[in-house]
Amino acid sequence: MKLLYFAWVRQKAGCSEEVVTVPADVRTVLDLVRWLRLRDGGFGEAFADEKRFRVAVNQEHALLGAVIGQDDEVAFFPPVTGG
Amino acid sequence: MNRIRVQPDDFDPGLEIAQLGAQAGAVVSFTGLVRADNFGDRLISMTLEHFPGMTERELERIANEARARWELLGVTIVHRYGELKPGEKIVLVVTAASHRRAAFEAAEYLMDYLKTSAPFWKQELRQSGEHWIEARSSDDDAAARWSKG
Repeated sequence: MKLLYFAWVRQKAGCSEEVVTVPADVRTVLDLVRWLRLRDGGFGEAFADEKRFRVAVNQEHALLGAVIGQDDEVAFFPPVTGG
Repeated sequence: MNRIRVQPDDFDPGLEIAQLGAQAGAVVSFTGLVRADNFGDRLISMTLEHFPGMTERELERIANEARARWELLGVTIVHRYGELKPGEKIVLVVTAASHRRAAFEAAEYLMDYLKTSAPFWKQELRQSGEHWIEARSSDDDAAARWSKG
């Protein structure tokens, strides 16, 4: 599974993208978030509060309940501030 | 057809308006600029990060939604990324239509949705240091009013 991080999520995670193999019981974005929280480094802090970040699956906005698989690209980022 | 561009370079609103509006009865444009003021804490620069690929897709989707709601002859969206200084242009939206109401309303709709769904993030460098701009609930409210009724 390809993971992308943007803005302060990227800074806390310490990288902009990575490819990971997730456990079989990671079926939704929320499962993925809970798994990421357990990792070392800034991941716990980056993903501590799910109200503070947003998600896109395969470049479309998605909710925490979205079902994901090994071939998906999942991006995490703060609420957007363009314009 | 939508003209969507995401680029680090500056743009010329006059040129974009002329290109889009050649056959139209009405052209409306909005240009967003980097604000310098913040209660005395002077802005030195602003850096815009975005999500290449998704940004273009989202802007295209928003433009198509506007075209489904109003009779438009054309839509142009140009959004910059990278480091910008106070006073520099950030974003341009141009709508062309046969009549003014569609062009005005569509331009506002595009900006409201761009601000809440296009994956851009602003980081400010001020005298007090660097910080990410927080999203505003008033922007969510502005976008939500289009889905009422």
